[in-house]
Amino acid sequence: MEILGHLSDGIFTALEPLNIALMLVGVALGLFIGAMPGLGSVNGVAILLPATFLVPPTSAMIFLAAIYYGAMYGGAISSITLGIPGASTAVATTFDGRPMALKGRADLALVTAAVASFVGGTVANVLFTAFAPPLAQVALDFGDPEIFALMLLAFATFIGLGGDDIPKTLFSICFGLVMAAVGLDIMTGEPRLVFGDITGFMHGINFLVLAIGVYGIGEMLWTIDSTRGEMTMTGAVLTVRGILRAIKETAKGWRGMTIGSFLGFFVGILPAAGATPGSLMSYGITKMLDKHPESYGKGNINGISAPESANNSASTGAMLPMLTLGIPGSPTTAILLGGMVIWGLQPGPLLFANQTEFVWGLVGWFYISNFFALIVNLAFIPLFIWMLRMPFTVLAPMIFVLSIVGGFAATQDMHDIWLMLLFGIGAYLLRKLDYPVAPAVLAIVLGPIAEPKLRQSLLFSSGDPMIFLERPIAGPITVIAIFLILLPLFNLIWKKMKPKPAPSL
Amino acid sequence: MRRAEIITAGLMALLSIYLMFKSSELEIGYVKGEGPGGGFWPFWLSAGMLISTIWIAINWYLRKSPPSQSTEKYLDSYGLRMLMLVGGGVTALIAVSHILGFYGAILLFLIYYIRYLGRHSWPVTLSIAITTPVVTFLFFDIAMRIVLPKGYLEPLFLPLYDFFF
Repeated sequence: MEILGHLSDGIFTALEPLNIALMLVGVALGLFIGAMPGLGSVNGVAILLPATFLVPPTSAMIFLAAIYYGAMYGGAISSITLGIPGASTAVATTFDGRPMALKGRADLALVTAAVASFVGGTVANVLFTAFAPPLAQVALDFGDPEIFALMLLAFATFIGLGGDDIPKTLFSICFGLVMAAVGLDIMTGEPRLVFGDITGFMHGINFLVLAIGVYGIGEMLWTIDSTRGEMTMTGAVLTVRGILRAIKETAKGWRGMTIGSFLGFFVGILPAAGATPGSLMSYGITKMLDKHPESYGKGNINGISAPESANNSASTGAMLPMLTLGIPGSPTTAILLGGMVIWGLQPGPLLFANQTEFVWGLVGWFYISNFFALIVNLAFIPLFIWMLRMPFTVLAPMIFVLSIVGGFAATQDMHDIWLMLLFGIGAYLLRKLDYPVAPAVLAIVLGPIAEPKLRQSLLFSSGDPMIFLERPIAGPITVIAIFLILLPLFNLIWKKMKPKPAPSL
Repeated sequence: MRRAEIITAGLMALLSIYLMFKSSELEIGYVKGEGPGGGFWPFWLSAGMLISTIWIAINWYLRKSPPSQSTEKYLDSYGLRMLMLVGGGVTALIAVSHILGFYGAILLFLIYYIRYLGRHSWPVTLSIAITTPVVTFLFFDIAMRIVLPKGYLEPLFLPLYDFFF
């Protein structure tokens, strides 16, 4: 009951006029920063952290929480309207968000993303309130082998259920994982895969370089080529009624929302995992459990609601190790942690015991920020749809410009811009031959997490790969992953066993 | 399309072999006491890429994948022209930004694309071509403090910085 008391105190603090104003400004700023490819919540929070010294610490924290939520919502906007993920957490949203927008239902996609984000955030807040301390303990039981097994599962869903050409999917995944290894080897510090001794490769390849190259440049070239330049975005209706109808339709995405909210929260808690793997895995698992996995990637509403609810849920989940153990689960929470230290709060196991008032107040602000983020996001949807109604010959060059500028903002290196162009043209040429490009982007995002986990696990077991099968949590996850990888093979055998084979297409 | 499929698979196989070779500069096996070496991950994954390309080639031989059955041209005259005009335009945008900076290059690129490829009127072209760099400048350089390259146009921006900071 004491918790609920502190929680309602937090909610009431958030409802003071100054704090409401800060929250609205924060959410709107976060929304735009998040929507910009190359900038994510981490940039918004980092840049605006100094601005918070002008107001009392409580209001400052509310402002940061609002930016954080706004940016989490915003990532979906460019994924849906432009097809370029605004942040790594929104990569999975492009898979179905973009096709739905191309079908003329950008309004539904955007509303679904907003509502799913709200549901994910709310579920996570409730879970946080109810189970924070015991969950932190469970998360600590997840060691390297368990997290690697989870990564394996994420890739397995692509191979087993992707529906694309299998060797080409495999090629795409391996390519992305190899590209993730470029730069200094984080375990030994040795430079590796520094092609032609070009120093630009030393800092590695940021996932955004591949993602913007593939989705910004490659996708645009492919769209212009496949539509013969006569591309018109089917104008989405811009009425209050249309939006209300879309809100009603969002309910169809309940399945993705449920899976995303719970799975996302749990993956978010795991140290070093966070919102990106959370959203990708929720997408994969929602697709896996659906009766019609082939409808994903073509504008399935659950394909939007799953990753969007998951990334918001995971962001709240990531707060849990930060507040209970003092371990930040994501770069953004690391900065928030820094902010808390500036205001004289000592994060770590004692925070929950000594600063209960602050902790639950913070959770209370999350509830309110999340609500305001939904309202502000819904209010801005007409603006985003209006952008889509521009003629394609105006929109296309703007997307190219945004890709180049966003790519530069992310890494501040011209070398990466050239690399982005190379990836873009390469992706266009490969895509014409049915090579799927999404697995490569997924791989470059998860690669830097998966590789050290694999190597540390093998070091731990003295090189014995059985470690992934013998541990109580890692074992079942690995078995499911292997089953999914072999699923196409089982399908093939099953088809051969049937007396009359289906006519080939 | 059929020929492109096998040529691409061949090129990708060469890329995989190069990546394997490059990865083997570091230890690719198990180092006692240190775990798998630095080249372990990229080497075996590049090997995975190579196996995939061989698999693709087998599918090509058996005519199992759609591109290996298709008789369409891989890049027809429209596709090639588009790649030259649009891809070339983007390449020029990046190249020119080394000289005139992002803002100058964006202005020229938008004029080229909207006016010459899109055939929009001059008022439409100029209003977008001028607004975009201005908004970009205000957002990145001023609001987000992310300084974009300015090339030889740097001196023009100094008074603006004096004004804002």
